[in-house]
Amino acid sequence: MSMTMTQKILAAHAGLDHVSAGQLIEAKLDLVLGNDVTTPPAIKVFEETGAADVFDKAKVALVPDHFTPNKDIKSAEHCARMRTFARRFDIENYYEQGEATFGIEHVVLPENGLVMPGYVIIGADSHTCTYGALGAFATGVGSTDLACAMVVGQTWFRVPEAINFKLVGKLNPGITGKDLILHIIGMIGVDGALYQSMEFTGDGVATLPMSDRLTICNMAIEAGGKNGIFPVDEITLDYLKNFAPERFDRGEYTVFAADEDAEYVRTIEVDLAKVPLTVAFPHLPENAREIGSFERVDIDQVVIGSCTNGRIEDMRLAAELLKGHKVSKGLRLIVIPGSQRVYRECLREGLIEVFVDAGAAVSARTCGPCLGGHMGILAAGERCVATTNRNFVGRMGHPKSEVYLAGVPVACASAVKGYIAGPAELDA
Amino acid sequence: MKAKGKVFKYGANVDTDVIIPARYLNTAEPAELAAHCMEDIDKDFVSRVEPGDMIVAGPNFGCGSSREHAPVAIKASGVSCVIAPSFARIFYRNAINMGLAIMECPEAVEAISDGDKLEVDFDTGVIFNETTGKRFQAEPFPEFIKKIIESDGLVGYISRKKEQTQ
Repeated sequence: MSMTMTQKILAAHAGLDHVSAGQLIEAKLDLVLGNDVTTPPAIKVFEETGAADVFDKAKVALVPDHFTPNKDIKSAEHCARMRTFARRFDIENYYEQGEATFGIEHVVLPENGLVMPGYVIIGADSHTCTYGALGAFATGVGSTDLACAMVVGQTWFRVPEAINFKLVGKLNPGITGKDLILHIIGMIGVDGALYQSMEFTGDGVATLPMSDRLTICNMAIEAGGKNGIFPVDEITLDYLKNFAPERFDRGEYTVFAADEDAEYVRTIEVDLAKVPLTVAFPHLPENAREIGSFERVDIDQVVIGSCTNGRIEDMRLAAELLKGHKVSKGLRLIVIPGSQRVYRECLREGLIEVFVDAGAAVSARTCGPCLGGHMGILAAGERCVATTNRNFVGRMGHPKSEVYLAGVPVACASAVKGYIAGPAELDA
Repeated sequence: MKAKGKVFKYGANVDTDVIIPARYLNTAEPAELAAHCMEDIDKDFVSRVEPGDMIVAGPNFGCGSSREHAPVAIKASGVSCVIAPSFARIFYRNAINMGLAIMECPEAVEAISDGDKLEVDFDTGVIFNETTGKRFQAEPFPEFIKKIIESDGLVGYISRKKEQTQ
């Protein structure tokens, strides 16, 4: 019986030779993640279960990244609760603002070498699906699931069906993985992959760097997907050699590949050369529009960063585009390097200087503005172009504000022009 | 197990950011969360909702974030049940874990209007619209899901199971 890549990983973790779509299984977990929004309620549940310890202190990651640096007293108390828990159980992967290993959860877990091909990972954060870029099965859950997983190191899943996204060709210069995933969500809608895996296959995969794959899998949830996943190839292995050298040397990973005759609910072929510069208009990520296909939209703020686009490749691209330009008068540009490691590298390469010279506010490592938490909230009527992942009503602040999702090139050009623009307009 | 109440009707893709905006996620207290439930799409919801009332909405209800605060806020506001053609998967899981009843029934959603009075029988899956006299059949919960909801969520269910085995 044939299986998809996701099904093979799940079968192996359930101790089964074979699983099929719809089957309910209990699977062992290689990594369990929580943040400062979802962990405090999980701690309460953890205590209610009467558990004496976590199942494995090396397999739990707790990252206070949402309302940090602590926004207010309530946030500070949430974080304090998480810190106390992390110390009590000696959680190895608990990171504090400023630490070399700290950053936005989905930026740092791969960077810190915690994500390996073939792993099963759950996180009490919907963007946990990011890790599929490395050939792992990763999906978001709630706090109660997180709590129970911290106790027993396993959880139940319904084995998903899958959509095969067959990528062919190559993205045109200046088009990023963000354009591709916004384009795909525009095609299938915000529930187009509901309960399903989004498996990316085809010759086009080899043309996508890891940073693009992470961005693409990050937004699988925005199409309703249970997970997004890429096959493991040279690019994956190179990434592991860099970021997870010890685990890589010890061979602590398993490469799973979909069977050639794996069953998919549908196959969607995407010609990468036809993916345009894409912006998702308010208030759903599926409202994808091509740059140049709409009237002028003036904006008040631009945010470059987040778990979707806060990696060093995003920062390099932003600096390259912003160099020699100034942010439009009256517009706020907020740049958030996604981790301390990314920030350190930005400093070393002189990128921070480029951002500051352009007139950007370079912010601390935080999810803050993306979820309308803090450090970049919008007023009524304000519009923002963001490299983040959601543009729901009120997502970045006032319910009457608007978020336009885009990749780094559109974000940079828009910051300079003061309205939504493509990078071609930078030289105009 | 039955519930009775009036309907708050919403469209497709009601997301977790409007169910409970992230600006309130620096608390996990159900009552505090309930005080802001749905406020970005329906600012009268909180003042009008009464115990037993139901939310009826379009497909993909609860899309977006994994925040368990969303079903918690809905449940703490007094809502007895959410009826939609489909639910976002994390919300689906969280709702059951939190003991919030949810039912998938596209026909019912189409034929129910804002303000209608419903009676929902979780044992049989029958949704009865008292206002129009129409009856709809949804898939009833399997036994263990019924028990989770009766136990006020997964934690209550697990504790009850523990007590029974001791």
